[in-house]
Amino acid sequence: MYGFLIAVGVLLLLSVVWMVFRIQTLVSVVKGSERKIETTSNKVNAFLFVVFMVGSGILMFWYSIKEFDNYQLPVASEHGVITDELFWITMAVTGVVFLITHVLLFIFPYKYQYKEGRKASFYPDNHKLEIIWTAVPGVVLAGLVISGWMAWSDITAPAPEKAHVVEIMGYQFAWDVRYPGKDNVLGDYDYRLINASNSHGIDFTDKNSTDDFPSPKVVIPKGEPVLFKIRARDVLHSVFAPHMRLKMDAVPGMPTRFWFIPTKTTAEMRAELKDPEFEYEIACTEICGRGHFSMKKVIEVVEPAEYQKWLAEQKSFIQQNPAIADGQKVESKELAGIQTSVSNK
Amino acid sequence: MATATVAHQDTAVHEHHEHEHHDNFITKYLFTTDHKMIAKQFLVTGMFWAIIGGLLSTLFRLQLGFPDMNLEFLRPILGGWIDEAGKLDPTFYLALVTMHGTIMVFFVLTAGLSGTFSNFLIPLQIGARDMASGFMNMLSYWFFFVSGVIMFISLFLKTGPAGGGWVVYPPLSALEQAIPGSGMGMTLWLISMTFFIASSLLGGINYVTTVINLRTKGMSFSRLPLTIWAFFLTAVIGILSFPVLFAAALLLVFDRSFGTSFYLSDIYVAGEALPNTGGSPVLYQHLFWFLGHPEVYIVLLPALGITSEVIATNSRKPIFGYKAMVISLLGITVLSFIVWAHHMFVSGMNPFLGSIFMFLTLIIAVPSAVKVFNYLTTLWRGNLIFTPGMLFSIGLVSFFISGGLTGIFLGNSAIDIQLHDTYFVVAHFHLVMGSASFFGMMAGVYHWFPKMFGRMMDAKLGYIHFWLTFVGVYMVFFPMHYIGIAGFPRRYYSWTNFEFTNMYTDLNMFVSVAAIITFAAQFIFIFNFFYSMYRGRKATLNPWNSTTLEWTTPLHPGHGNWPGEIPTVYRWPYDYSKPGAAEDFIPQHIPLSQTPESNLPHEQELVKVELEIMKEEADLLVANGSKH
Repeated sequence: MYGFLIAVGVLLLLSVVWMVFRIQTLVSVVKGSERKIETTSNKVNAFLFVVFMVGSGILMFWYSIKEFDNYQLPVASEHGVITDELFWITMAVTGVVFLITHVLLFIFPYKYQYKEGRKASFYPDNHKLEIIWTAVPGVVLAGLVISGWMAWSDITAPAPEKAHVVEIMGYQFAWDVRYPGKDNVLGDYDYRLINASNSHGIDFTDKNSTDDFPSPKVVIPKGEPVLFKIRARDVLHSVFAPHMRLKMDAVPGMPTRFWFIPTKTTAEMRAELKDPEFEYEIACTEICGRGHFSMKKVIEVVEPAEYQKWLAEQKSFIQQNPAIADGQKVESKELAGIQTSVSNK
Repeated sequence: MATATVAHQDTAVHEHHEHEHHDNFITKYLFTTDHKMIAKQFLVTGMFWAIIGGLLSTLFRLQLGFPDMNLEFLRPILGGWIDEAGKLDPTFYLALVTMHGTIMVFFVLTAGLSGTFSNFLIPLQIGARDMASGFMNMLSYWFFFVSGVIMFISLFLKTGPAGGGWVVYPPLSALEQAIPGSGMGMTLWLISMTFFIASSLLGGINYVTTVINLRTKGMSFSRLPLTIWAFFLTAVIGILSFPVLFAAALLLVFDRSFGTSFYLSDIYVAGEALPNTGGSPVLYQHLFWFLGHPEVYIVLLPALGITSEVIATNSRKPIFGYKAMVISLLGITVLSFIVWAHHMFVSGMNPFLGSIFMFLTLIIAVPSAVKVFNYLTTLWRGNLIFTPGMLFSIGLVSFFISGGLTGIFLGNSAIDIQLHDTYFVVAHFHLVMGSASFFGMMAGVYHWFPKMFGRMMDAKLGYIHFWLTFVGVYMVFFPMHYIGIAGFPRRYYSWTNFEFTNMYTDLNMFVSVAAIITFAAQFIFIFNFFYSMYRGRKATLNPWNSTTLEWTTPLHPGHGNWPGEIPTVYRWPYDYSKPGAAEDFIPQHIPLSQTPESNLPHEQELVKVELEIMKEEADLLVANGSKH
């Protein structure tokens, strides 16, 4: 019944619109306004550009100021402070250009709208002007690029040797975390060793892997360099820690890395935001399938002393499950290789 | 020599023409070799795809804006993609995003824009009877048509169409186990794109050849309208970059079907380890973006060309800095090939490469800035007539500025770390590439509709269409900047899993409502288009008082465009409001010798040369005439 009523309503509305359209066409034919150029429509359109400029300008400033704390995520890493600064410098520069060009773009239509008897000025070029507005953006952009390049070089420079290593592995649809243990060296892995009990594919014949341990969340110390070693098991993923201003793709077959220095512990951030439930999060930003929107991992930033304590408490893979290494001792790799080739047939 | 060829060609076409009076439906509307009809075919097909693409976007905007909404009412269309609870399936959400991107980028903005206007305007504006090869041109459309049919079929597969994003990065797009869309859906995507690439190469080769070889007498490169410059360079970009996409797709086909490992390595998926080793997914990204970035300019340059023409005409002023405009088009063309890796700053490629591409990327902002300043100066002290085409052109300039400026953030690799693959990127490219190009297309349709169909579109409906769309587009994409700065990632089905994105439900709702209204407003245009085609007011020969050659053809130009001889060109295309002239425009085919009152000093000197050439020409025609 409702559907029928809605359909009738829509039909009525459409026929009203149709009538209005026909009437205005006929009126304009009678008035001969089609032959005129300086019409009311021309004036209205010119005026609407100004209305649009003022209206949307007010909306933009109002919303940008009102919502500032909402869209400006708090920053919790050393390089993040620098990239944020670059972001806002760029915002200031482009903001000025945005405003000036748009004011001109919307004022000109109003000011120079068609007038009978006036002639537009024949102004085909002005080399001086053109050189100026090629050079000025060139110089400004060079400034922005060079500052960006310096920041980028620092961020992507090799990690300090003492950096705490954490391995993050993406798979459909979660992240797995592995710590290198006391030796701070991750053991070898091979994707062919992956099975139900060894989700990382760790090669336990490698000595470095004996003290490796898993963790349900990423725990890192404040104020000390941390190196994320990133890899993927199946398809592309991307580690995105928004508060750390950190993003790096996880690529199957090609390990990637990103190092940074966290500057605020989770507790400090909770106090700052007055949000006792705040957590640093990792999300996935490379489309990876059905569960792309749900690949969450929590990062907990703690004081260095607390971090050392936490490290000491962790149990390695082998301690948690002594059987895990047993099967591999006997030429495990070849066995796994055979299994894969069988299962592929 | 050149004159002889032109004269000869004229007679050839004349003879040919007399035999062609019995066009039947098939040769006139379907398998036509007339560039004007092929252009209309591209346009109407493009409009069909724009509706499909827009419809897909309203579906996923419903999900994003109203995550709790019961979508049961969509079951008749979507069937199993709506689950028992009335929710959209997350996999299908990804398929929607993927198809929306593919359709809009390739079928609407590449074929619908370049295909329509390059085809329609190149012969008309350079003074040619038709394209260099009418047959290839016909093939170009029908390859595109086949490509569209295959893509359309893929929408109805049980496993869904391709769902790995429009960039279809492997391994996701190579492994059916990873997402069902990578099965048959992806196969059809690849086949469809192969046809599409063939279509766009056939078209592109034709455009380039035609512009180089078939310009009428006097139409030197420095007298080409900026539209033609833009179409010409677009075709060059397409010819050089589409084959690389084909290569990328071919290797992907090998990986998918023949067990090679170009892109695959060390993969454990769905409980088994795959045998592939040694490949690199990043290789695919390089190959893809080697097309993907130039593709941005393939859709944008024609729009900029159209805008240059429409703004100059309706400002009643010469375009400011014609040479600078051409040089910046050339600059953009060259630079578009060496900036691709700015899409890959955090893909894991060598950071040093990132630095290089950051420098190159920000250089491309300079010619873009020059273009904006030149548009502004063209408006300055003009006598502006707000036809719908003009409104859409001004809208384009606004989007080009807004979207272009955010490109400066994203081109800076340090800032891009945070913004990459967030809604900031979505806002950026929808404004600068999507909306700007779309507005260029609209400007072109409104402006050249009288030439296409001999009738005028209704201006008032055009104004309503413009204002709803212009405001609508900003209401859709401007808020996405805030969402993006807040770090919301792209291609997310829902935001509630994360604390940092568990907000802005109101803003997302607002965006969705704006998107649906904007989409609905496009039907005003559709109505106006088809209604005016049959019932619109009869157009005059030169309704916008424009200077270019297409307005010298009859109201309904036949195959061959000019019934008599092709007009000769004596001046550049922007003689608007020339001091001394009686009218505020002097068409390109009016000799300088006829306008002594408005000639500039250097033009006055050219008059002598011109008169000599005209005399030679006349002698030649007499000689030719006596031969027959």
